[in-house]
Amino acid sequence: MSAPARQLTFVGALAEALDLCMARDPRVFVLGLGAPDAAAVFGSTQGLADKYGPRRVLDMPVSENGMTGVAIGAALRGMRPVMTHIRLEFAMLAIDPIVNQAAKWHYMFGGQASVPLVIRMVVGRGWGQGPQHSQSLQAWFAHVPGLKVVMPATPHDAKGLLISAIEDDNPVVFIEHRWLYSIHGPVPEGIYRVPLGRPSVLRRGRHVTVVATSYMTLEASRAADELAREGLELEIVDVHTLNPFNDGPVRESVRKTGRLIVADAGWRSVGFAAEVVARVVEQNLGDLAEPPVRITLPDLPTPTTRALSNYYYPLGRDIAAAARRLAGRPPKPEPEIKPEAFLDVPDATFSGPF
Amino acid sequence: MTSAPAPPPDVARRLLRGIMRIRMIEGRIRDLYAEQEMRCPTHFSIGQEAAAVGVCAHLRREEQVTSAHRSHAHYLAKGGDLKAMLAELYGKATGCAAGKGGSMHLIDLAAGFLGAVPIVGSTISIGVGAALASVLQGAPILSIVFFGDGATETGVFHESLNFAAVQKLPVVMVCENNLYSVLSPLACRHPAGRELVQLAQGHGVWARQGDGNDADVVYALAGEAIDHARAGRGPAFLELKTYRWLEHCGPLDDRHLGYRPPGEYEAWMARDPLELYTRRLRDRGLVTGADLESTAGEVTAEIDDAVTFARSSPFPPRDQLAAHLYAS
Repeated sequence: MSAPARQLTFVGALAEALDLCMARDPRVFVLGLGAPDAAAVFGSTQGLADKYGPRRVLDMPVSENGMTGVAIGAALRGMRPVMTHIRLEFAMLAIDPIVNQAAKWHYMFGGQASVPLVIRMVVGRGWGQGPQHSQSLQAWFAHVPGLKVVMPATPHDAKGLLISAIEDDNPVVFIEHRWLYSIHGPVPEGIYRVPLGRPSVLRRGRHVTVVATSYMTLEASRAADELAREGLELEIVDVHTLNPFNDGPVRESVRKTGRLIVADAGWRSVGFAAEVVARVVEQNLGDLAEPPVRITLPDLPTPTTRALSNYYYPLGRDIAAAARRLAGRPPKPEPEIKPEAFLDVPDATFSGPF
Repeated sequence: MTSAPAPPPDVARRLLRGIMRIRMIEGRIRDLYAEQEMRCPTHFSIGQEAAAVGVCAHLRREEQVTSAHRSHAHYLAKGGDLKAMLAELYGKATGCAAGKGGSMHLIDLAAGFLGAVPIVGSTISIGVGAALASVLQGAPILSIVFFGDGATETGVFHESLNFAAVQKLPVVMVCENNLYSVLSPLACRHPAGRELVQLAQGHGVWARQGDGNDADVVYALAGEAIDHARAGRGPAFLELKTYRWLEHCGPLDDRHLGYRPPGEYEAWMARDPLELYTRRLRDRGLVTGADLESTAGEVTAEIDDAVTFARSSPFPPRDQLAAHLYAS
């Protein structure tokens, strides 16, 4: 019997991936506001500045637009930059270099040059992050041909996907949910890769397919644990790569279960969940026993007060309720959520400000 | 405007030839554009050739140039392949971007022309990034970034200049101030009495301005700027005053639109960089009428060749539509 797998946090897995990539490839460097500082981007760049120095862990002016262009230029000339934004919103200032330049460069110059650039963006939630520290805009980025869009959901995948992203010759938007940072899971030592592309089946089940992204895989797992006690099995398909989106495992699962829930932490309209549903309906309508269900954020900005955000974020119990309905099971009454409830932290050990 | 020392005779002849060549190429594109076979937005460099030629005359092949929408002169002055450029304008598979770019997306990596794009300001930061890469790699290589007056109004210009200054990167930013952004004059975009060069000086960057229509002035200023940046003393900025003769986009005269104040066009025409420099070199005894005729003949033959190549090249086959989405 092999030794029990080493456990690491999600953020520890990210830091380890960066360290390993920097150690083996002098072309890799990290840049971002505060990348070398004591907070180390919530710990994800921990120790790198000491080990690799200020040139390879480069702090930068508050110039997201300019610095993204700088990263593209460096990538065009043989470097492999990894840029970090402590909140996804700051990357909004860099939409021109991301969408007009990085995403197009290889195509518009006939394949002569490429932009091996990783842009990490952290999605915030809770503790009053509010409308400008919480947006999950994966659908925007996944809409743009030429970008790759990755959202890891487990510590194992955080490391393996980040290594794949850094080794990829294309611009990769790497979206990390802040509430995943402290989760633990098995993470192998050394270099390994989770290929960008094919979704992973995180849990096998016969009755309902839940396609989930990022943090919503955790809510799906909570729902699955609860429903397992009722004899209802969820199959959880984690779409960790949204572009290019390989829908094969989703369709295989729906063929088996005939029931589809898509749980995405973005907005509902024109969102990634809609894309998943469209793919299945277009190609597997006959396999569906019930209309598909989307579990998403409502089409609203994020409110800051927990008295409202408590009703903004979908929970595992919403997934469970949808699964019961699709499977023809009776609904289960749930206690009402109170406005003052502390649903604004991922777990009891968590305290602010971030 | 500024007067400048005369460069050595061989350099002066090279500058004149460069200006003449670009003028003739752009002239031919104007003629051919009317045939409606070059089906891409095209921004002509006519009237602004001395800036490109005077700067690029200093550059080594490995030094990297980026540019924007009005890039023909920069591409050609840096040694970009003429055949590939014309084929690109015709949308052919042999074009410098395999037909996927057009006039606004020129590239010639072998010539050190890193790329041009039409989003104003975007290639400034990319050029700075190219310089950063070379510094991180331990072998600094100069980046030259060409842009117009409009780009100085973008945030990315200031962000890039600031970062280049912080890191003392080997970058020369060349601003060709042709007075207009599309049809909008400087007066509605910059406060009266403030020169563009002051924007760079405000960033603590070595910066000069001069007559962009005088090849000797450009050559001298560019020499100083490039020496400064190559020596590791940080970025340099040049504002070269020049003038766009044609419409913003396209091959036509646009004086009938009435946005140019009376007399302005004529005053700049009287300072045609080609005529000015031809006269000067003839006065200095560096070229004769026969020399000019012989150069014109050579360039005409070169253009004829390139046009034939471009016209006779195939279009990209349909399977190229989905090619080059991702690099692998």
